[in-house]
Amino acid sequence: MILVAIACVVWALGWWINVRLANGAMSDRMLVKVLIPLIFGATILVVWELMVRGFEVNPVILPAPSSVMSRLSGEGAILWADFRQTILKGALSGYLIGAAAALVVAVIADRSDFLTRGILPVGSFMAALPIVGTAPIFVKWLGSDWESKAAVVAVMVFFPILVNTVAGLKDTTGMQRDLMRTYGAGYWPTLFKLRLPAAMPFMFNGLKIGTTLALIGAIVAEFFGSPTVGMGFRISTSFGQLALDMVWAEIVIAAVAGSALYGLMTLTEKRVTFWHPSQR
Amino acid sequence: MKSVVPVLTVIAAIIGFWLLAVIPMNMHLVADQAQRDGAVVMPDTPIARQNFGGVTLALKNPHLIPLTYNFKRPRLPAPQQVAVEMYDTIFDKKITSKRSLVYHGWVTLAPTLLGFAIGTGLGILLAVGIVYSRVMDRSVMPWAIVSQTIPILALAPMVIVVLGSMGVQGLFPKSIIAAYLSFFPVVVGMVKGLRSPDAMQLDLLRTYNASKSQGFWSLRLPASTPYLFASLKIGISASLVGTIVAELPTGARAGFGARMLVGDQYGQPLVSWAALFAAALTAAALVGLFGVIERITLRRMGMQAT
Repeated sequence: MILVAIACVVWALGWWINVRLANGAMSDRMLVKVLIPLIFGATILVVWELMVRGFEVNPVILPAPSSVMSRLSGEGAILWADFRQTILKGALSGYLIGAAAALVVAVIADRSDFLTRGILPVGSFMAALPIVGTAPIFVKWLGSDWESKAAVVAVMVFFPILVNTVAGLKDTTGMQRDLMRTYGAGYWPTLFKLRLPAAMPFMFNGLKIGTTLALIGAIVAEFFGSPTVGMGFRISTSFGQLALDMVWAEIVIAAVAGSALYGLMTLTEKRVTFWHPSQR
Repeated sequence: MKSVVPVLTVIAAIIGFWLLAVIPMNMHLVADQAQRDGAVVMPDTPIARQNFGGVTLALKNPHLIPLTYNFKRPRLPAPQQVAVEMYDTIFDKKITSKRSLVYHGWVTLAPTLLGFAIGTGLGILLAVGIVYSRVMDRSVMPWAIVSQTIPILALAPMVIVVLGSMGVQGLFPKSIIAAYLSFFPVVVGMVKGLRSPDAMQLDLLRTYNASKSQGFWSLRLPASTPYLFASLKIGISASLVGTIVAELPTGARAGFGARMLVGDQYGQPLVSWAALFAAALTAAALVGLFGVIERITLRRMGMQAT
């Protein structure tokens, strides 16, 4: 019971510090802005740990953060192999294929107004569908190794990126296009120098949505068949062995990988679309 | 309305591509079956046929092509096979029947809607808290954004099993997944929406000596409506996807996800495909429904639907 009491105290303390920081004079400093969510996160972790110990929660239901940490540091080799199989081979290759295909289709569709008007509604419709349900079908077609996961991922990320790119390619004003015409620029120079750069903010929107979808697709597809390595495989088998701390360790890795991929996209976006109002 | 023809063209192109793909995808299976039935097939052993692609095999045996569209256990079913299976299981079966897609649809839809309602309600509450409390804004908001980059959906099946082992069963576990998935889009969208009134409008209210709650009800809340609907449309499809994934690998006995899995495991691809398309139609109908509500609401509020 003492642990539970300590947990309450820690929670109150963390909250109090944050109240002071957020309402204090320094609250607009970058350091404080980063510090507050970190304190909040750390408080939740500590409270979680103390609660699990205090109430003696069965580790089969909810493992303590410390046991998840020990798995993370102790099973490095297995986790790295899973990471390589699922993220690097499955998710990333599928993501690249899907993004490239979407880009090509968008540029082709953009040449005709008729096609654009057809593809935009159909594409945004497809983007809302439970495409992940095609995972069993792809696993059956392409076998259980990473190729089938890449295929699922490619189809999942294709539509959001396509819709955003097509919308972005339309996002130039008549004035800008006229300027290009007065320079005597043909279709390709206009595409590369004006319309693709103008479409970048939209494209990155799609690319960022795609990062999360890629990880979901790669992991879920492994539930339907995989070699004996991979994050989805490890999650389902560890679950069968009631090793919930291993499941959580994989979740932590998936979360870090997801955030890293998203962060990478945001950074690239900042570098590429530095001229856009939202980045200034 | 002028985009009807282009949309139909694109759909026709997709179906056309599908129809063409059916031939090479099913050719090997059809050829094996035809040989067993006594027909003449060009390379006459299955092993020899493995050396050819689906297209070459089709060109060598043009008389087998019609069969690929009517194969019983195809790798890729033809569109009309899926349509027939869907018609069968939606209209020709009693709703209470275990083979009726309407029954399975309801099993999936009920937790989706319940979870969506919970998630949206909590999401709006948290958004209000974030807008009015600096501490909550600074501590929770970054995590709300980060959490959207985490593939939490992949854990849906585990959540179901854990809750099941704790004795929580039925509608509720799936609803939690659905609620979680619709929660954060609503939080992020609503925070943006509640903050969308500009300084001029806020100043105007201040000159009226409006209280905080008056400002909320007559400026912030109405201003956030377009953002709310945008989030609702994302949330409802995320909820549905979440429920379906939750049903997929857990050995659920009913629901779209269970149908997809059963069809896959027992070699009835048509069942999987029909469930997949029924789920797609459900998602489309839900998003469409919110689109219509959005248009009506915004028009009555004097705003232009985008």
